Amino acid sequence: MPRKLETMLAQAGSKWDSKTGALSMPIYQCASFRHPGLGQSTGFDYSRTSNPTRLTLENTLAELDGGAKAFAFGSGLAAIDAVLRLFAPGDKLVVTEDLYGGTFRLIEKLHKPHGVSAIYLDSSNQDSLENALKTPGVRGLFLEIPTNPLLKVADLAAASRAAKQHGVLVIVDNTFLTPALFRPIDHGADIVIYSATKYLNGHDDLVAGIAVAKDAAIGEKIAFIQNAAGAVLGPQDSWLLLRGLKTLSVRLERQEKNANVIAGRLKEHPRVRKVNYPGLPDDPGHATLKRQGAGFGAMISFELDNAAALPSILSSVQVFLFAESLGGVNSLITYPAVQTHADIGPEIRAKLGINERLLRLSIGIENVEELWNDLNRALAASPA
Amino acid sequence: MKFNSKIVHGGKYDIKRHYGASSVPIYQNSTFTQEDPAHQAQYDYSRSGNPTREALETAIAELEGGSAGFAFASGMAASCSVLMLFRPGDHIIVSTDVYGGTFRALSKLFKDWGLESSFADSTERGAMEAAIRPNTKAFFIETPSNPLLRISDLSELVKLAKKHGAVTIADNTFMTPLLQRPLELGFDIVVHSATKFIGGHSDLIAGLAAVRDTELAKQLKFVQNCFGAILAPHDSWLTLRGLKSLGARMEVQQRSAERLAAFLSKMPEIKAVWHPSLPKHPGRETHFRQASGSGAVLSFELENQERTLAFLKALKLPLFAVSLGGVESIASYPAMMSHAAMPPEERKARGITDSLVRFSVGLEDPEDLEKDIVQALEKL
Repeated sequence: MPRKLETMLAQAGSKWDSKTGALSMPIYQCASFRHPGLGQSTGFDYSRTSNPTRLTLENTLAELDGGAKAFAFGSGLAAIDAVLRLFAPGDKLVVTEDLYGGTFRLIEKLHKPHGVSAIYLDSSNQDSLENALKTPGVRGLFLEIPTNPLLKVADLAAASRAAKQHGVLVIVDNTFLTPALFRPIDHGADIVIYSATKYLNGHDDLVAGIAVAKDAAIGEKIAFIQNAAGAVLGPQDSWLLLRGLKTLSVRLERQEKNANVIAGRLKEHPRVRKVNYPGLPDDPGHATLKRQGAGFGAMISFELDNAAALPSILSSVQVFLFAESLGGVNSLITYPAVQTHADIGPEIRAKLGINERLLRLSIGIENVEELWNDLNRALAASPA
Repeated sequence: MKFNSKIVHGGKYDIKRHYGASSVPIYQNSTFTQEDPAHQAQYDYSRSGNPTREALETAIAELEGGSAGFAFASGMAASCSVLMLFRPGDHIIVSTDVYGGTFRALSKLFKDWGLESSFADSTERGAMEAAIRPNTKAFFIETPSNPLLRISDLSELVKLAKKHGAVTIADNTFMTPLLQRPLELGFDIVVHSATKFIGGHSDLIAGLAAVRDTELAKQLKFVQNCFGAILAPHDSWLTLRGLKSLGARMEVQQRSAERLAAFLSKMPEIKAVWHPSLPKHPGRETHFRQASGSGAVLSFELENQERTLAFLKALKLPLFAVSLGGVESIASYPAMMSHAAMPPEERKARGITDSLVRFSVGLEDPEDLEKDIVQALEKL
């Protein structure tokens, strides 16, 4: 009988140390492990290959996502890099077009020169996705659900069915929803990726990445890459991440509640042209996510009437912090065109709708009225 | 400033900004709030730059004499990030008995990426010259090498590489900048497994790189941020903390290693001992032209595999484990440990036999280590 999510989270790493009974996973801050004898191992030899604290984190994530194996990396991008290395020169990937700028940069600047290229498209459009999957050489489908920063929602079950027909590996960046709200493997994904810097950890106090493999065979391949390239997460940060995970469900519950209020009020605001939040009943992604997920998350993006208002808003907010990143207990406000998506280039940004009037909000666990008053005041004070 | 002082005061940061704290604060954060939407502040996101990591990066740049330093999640992440500077079709020549993990990355990960590599005896200029192809873009050198402590002539290799426009990369893990500074001899990039002597306490996994040329540094900065195999703030701080005692640790460890090497050379059960301090060590003269010490790693051969395994089993004091460079002595068996990633025939060709023991000498009293070796040999 699989454990319920809240139980898995609350007890992450709590039962590892049977010798002392420590409820918190020990931090194995060590490089090497003494061998009991030649050819014998305690299961741990060298921390790059495997470390008990990191392994406990990895096992927790595998269980949360219903995968066979999970792997922790030094950053979300290092996790994505490891997954991209599963592909061979000449392989093509079908990729969500409005995805995180760092992923775009990684594919275009590091992997494309080595022969793994991407076809970008609106992955919430099932027809164009199915068409693209027919392209010769396509071996992977890389989806962000919902997308960053436009919060579009692909139908993962339908996308996976189409991908399977062509023998295409399905990879989902689940950073925004986390296994608490969405379990991509349940809907056909082969690999799930996280920037664990965000919601999984939730406290803006570390940089980390996770890859979860649905089956053991892909897990083996990622394990090889993780050990060979060595972009591993250290024990201290593995422990911090385990600690953060314990409150994932309660944090997200409050964050989502707050996000619903903010998104609804933004929608009614005269200065706001458009609100992207799948939690809004008339959002194009609402029905799909309602069917496949357990919630809508706490990321919102919205378009203002006037680009000139943005600098004023960014410098006048007092409760929201003006910073990159997302998913923490603090509410953050981000200017995607300048910050997170600068690497995509102005032309592609314009085509995608990541324009100069777009702001992204990561809603935290503060008092929602205080958040709204802050935003409302900043909007009122900005040039129309 | 003398080098030992530089080590202690390395990683300069704005101490006034930090309330005069004598140790750099651990900036355990992912993101930095911004003031101005049009201009990014000095730091925006810890993957791209973090003050604690930067203190360590500045320290390694200063110590190696580079224009920039970089800290990575492991020595392999440092090496792989450097290898990502190259393009498909580029060819890299690598020292024959390079670390098994570097061998694995080149022969699997980077081969799949279209990077060509071949191994050559970097101790012989002729062998290196013969390995050069029209598309050779880099030399990747370890000196002294792991585990046989073979010596390559860094200045000669720079000359040869320059002639062919190849970038020179040295893995300086065994020596550390305290004893050898390849950038000063003209090398372009130095990489470290900082897990070893620089960290020095077997308590973290980390990699470092230092780069001489600013343009190359810019490229590596791009890879570091884009690939994201960075070192976390806590481990950056621990590495800096370890670094402070590098001079003192290495002095004692090296002295003990020299004593042990001489001691082992006199033991009839030991067939060969490799350590640059020994008068007959091949390449010794070259080594002391480019390095100021012999380091604290030695290797030696027993008569056969059976006796070697029995000896390792009988040792009581050193930890039997992979890795090296810690305050505790570590005995390892390269054929099944550090070089297990290398196929047996490749190992054999490199002289990494089944009778070879690698010994990283720690801070224990050398007399205790000698006694332990004697009792283990007596049991054979």
